[in-house]
Amino acid sequence: MSTTETGCSSTEPEVTGGLGYDETELTLGLPGAGGSKPSETDRKRGFAAAVGLNVGAASRGEDCGARSSDSSDGSVSGAIKRSAAKAQVVGWPPVRSFRRTALRSCTYVKVAVDGAPYLRKVDLEAHGGYEQLLAALEEMFSCFTVRDYPDERRLVDPVNGTEYVPTYEDKDGDWMLVGDVPWKSVLSFFLSCFLTVAAVRFNMLRA
Amino acid sequence: MTYFPEEVVEHIVDFLGSHGDRNAVSTVCKAWYQVDRLSRRSVFVGNCYAIRPERVVTRFPEMKSLTVKGKPHFADFNLVPYDWGGFAQPWIEAAARGCPGLEELRLKRMVVTDDDLELLARSFPNFKSLVLVSCEGFSTDGLAAIATYCRGLRELDLQENEVEDHGRQWLSCFPDSCTSLVSLNFACLKGEVNASALERLVARCPNLKGLKLNHSISVESLNKILARAPHLVDLGTGSFTIDNRSETYHRLINAFFKCKSLRSLSGFWDASPFCLQAVYPICTNLTVLNLSYAPAIQSADLTKLIGLCFKLQKLWVLDCIGDKGLVVVASTCKELQELRVFPSDIYGTGITAVTEEGLVAISSGCPNLNSLLYFCYQMTNSALTTVAKNCPHFTRFRLCILEPEKPDPVTNQPLDEGFGAIVRSCKNLRRLSVSGLLTDQVFLYIGMYAEHLEMLSIAFAGDSDKGMVYVLNGCKNLRKLEIRDCPFGDAALLKDVAKYETMRSLWMSSCDVTLGGCKALAAKMPRLNVEIINENDGTSESKENLSDLQKVEKMYFYRTVAGPRNDAPDFVWTL
Repeated sequence: MSTTETGCSSTEPEVTGGLGYDETELTLGLPGAGGSKPSETDRKRGFAAAVGLNVGAASRGEDCGARSSDSSDGSVSGAIKRSAAKAQVVGWPPVRSFRRTALRSCTYVKVAVDGAPYLRKVDLEAHGGYEQLLAALEEMFSCFTVRDYPDERRLVDPVNGTEYVPTYEDKDGDWMLVGDVPWKSVLSFFLSCFLTVAAVRFNMLRA
Repeated sequence: MTYFPEEVVEHIVDFLGSHGDRNAVSTVCKAWYQVDRLSRRSVFVGNCYAIRPERVVTRFPEMKSLTVKGKPHFADFNLVPYDWGGFAQPWIEAAARGCPGLEELRLKRMVVTDDDLELLARSFPNFKSLVLVSCEGFSTDGLAAIATYCRGLRELDLQENEVEDHGRQWLSCFPDSCTSLVSLNFACLKGEVNASALERLVARCPNLKGLKLNHSISVESLNKILARAPHLVDLGTGSFTIDNRSETYHRLINAFFKCKSLRSLSGFWDASPFCLQAVYPICTNLTVLNLSYAPAIQSADLTKLIGLCFKLQKLWVLDCIGDKGLVVVASTCKELQELRVFPSDIYGTGITAVTEEGLVAISSGCPNLNSLLYFCYQMTNSALTTVAKNCPHFTRFRLCILEPEKPDPVTNQPLDEGFGAIVRSCKNLRRLSVSGLLTDQVFLYIGMYAEHLEMLSIAFAGDSDKGMVYVLNGCKNLRKLEIRDCPFGDAALLKDVAKYETMRSLWMSSCDVTLGGCKALAAKMPRLNVEIINENDGTSESKENLSDLQKVEKMYFYRTVAGPRNDAPDFVWTL
């Protein structure tokens, strides 16, 4: 399971996006327990109990104790629910708090613009919303200007008038228009799956 | 024996390096106890509550180096409440009164305040070395005091501490007369540091061998520093990114080229791939490489770099190196002794990048591997068995499968046999952490084979009390046992209480031990401090109302000759 340059998006279908629906199917036994021993069903303390979940928000059959299936929808909210669930187990995985916070602070995302010779990095947490982000991008890709429209602002190449709309590739590999989803959801989604810089890209596509 | 002169005993005892050996010597007879106590220069206290500071200072008046550890290991993972204890103050005060000749202090997982640091700085005229690991409670003001008052300071080493930022001027407090620094590590500081003061400091310290910068130090500054200190052996870079291939970049390449003594590299906060290339010239000399704080470096760039490091002995990386990257490590780093692969996806949304394949590759390429910390997505019994066969020299083996209770994905079996193979093969294993789906069987194996095991960490494992009993019965050298979320209860806890006096400490959280069981233990073993940590309410009234049948959320006990501690907060109840 190695990552590629685009990190999150390309391995997603394997892990979370393309769900192994058979794993979330209702069965009598524990998920993934082929010839399981009787003692497993008697397990006094399981991960699910520790997390305090009753429903299996499992995408990888991870809750050994949970039987029900709540098919995760692979959307932004699903991803956030899963990461929130995992976060409920204090101290797991066993990583020093110093290391957690040090890695946490890397909220940089690559921005690619069609036609621009190289990518830039943008710190998502440094901007309060789409407007500010767009302004920052305008500064970075100084060959473009921002034009105001009634509902949105777009980046424009002043030379030929081509307009650019910001999009990002989400966990399912779909290109989503920036601005449809509230900033906070997008931000927490980015923050929850990023840790390598190339996890998500903004691509400016021709409008 | 009666005519054996003390000077001769002392001379012989001087050759004994380890604390354990010297402790043994001191128990032979009164005369030898005296010889040891007056000649002991380096004192190690593994648990700050096991003995009173005054006793240590009185017993070893000629002490030059003191090491003290505070909080239990699981405090690293936020399992111990913030103000549990582990205060450095009584130690520094006692040493200030009784051992003014102290030269070196090393503290781990302790609470150190600015006042403590100031007292330290003013009390020991020969003070040379301060090492703080995973400590908290102080700010850059405390560092300013150290810089100001410790004449002749050689080492200031801050590893992964939580330090409050009160400004950048602390570094300027090193007087112009300070030229003695050999090692300076402030990588963990979050705030800005006065870069020009740093450059001047480096320029006037000709013996500087180790320097670890924090992210606030730019590449431009690094260039100036390397120009002044090309003899550095151990470097932690600051921020390692520049916008384009400018003059700065060329100077960086030249600077590294001149650093012929560099053996250890770390830092790389925000490293960009082409900056990394500047480091290529010295890769062939590197023995230590820590890239575990550089999430921005992708696998391809990592492997290009590591592919040049064929003398590497110690490597710390993030799991974005991938199994393929580990194959490169295996084929390049034949002298590798220690490998740590940390998770980059801590918040758990599925980008874990190494599996059992990477570990198997490492084991076949690096037979000298003796220390491992490996966070991975999955593991198989077959892989562990292969690893055990390839690398019989493990002294430290810590495997963390990110999903608790995950079985072997190929066979759906628990990982008992795999870990069993490890403990059977690695006869010198001293430290072990297990994970994945595990039954009591694995503990039977550990008890049977892990004769030299000193520290064992268990989480989400086992079926019954038998598991814990196997370990306590079998591992004769066990010193520290830490358990969380396992079905072990009072029967296991109380089976062989005498064992606990041979151990430093035991931690159990979210297990099945009850208050009654803990009380019984405390009653039988007066020389153990049995602490119940109950964050939810700590009032004494509610303590009376608690039923003995109630399960205890967190229990930590340790042997001590100091009696119950007097600095315990409300939520800690010593039985």
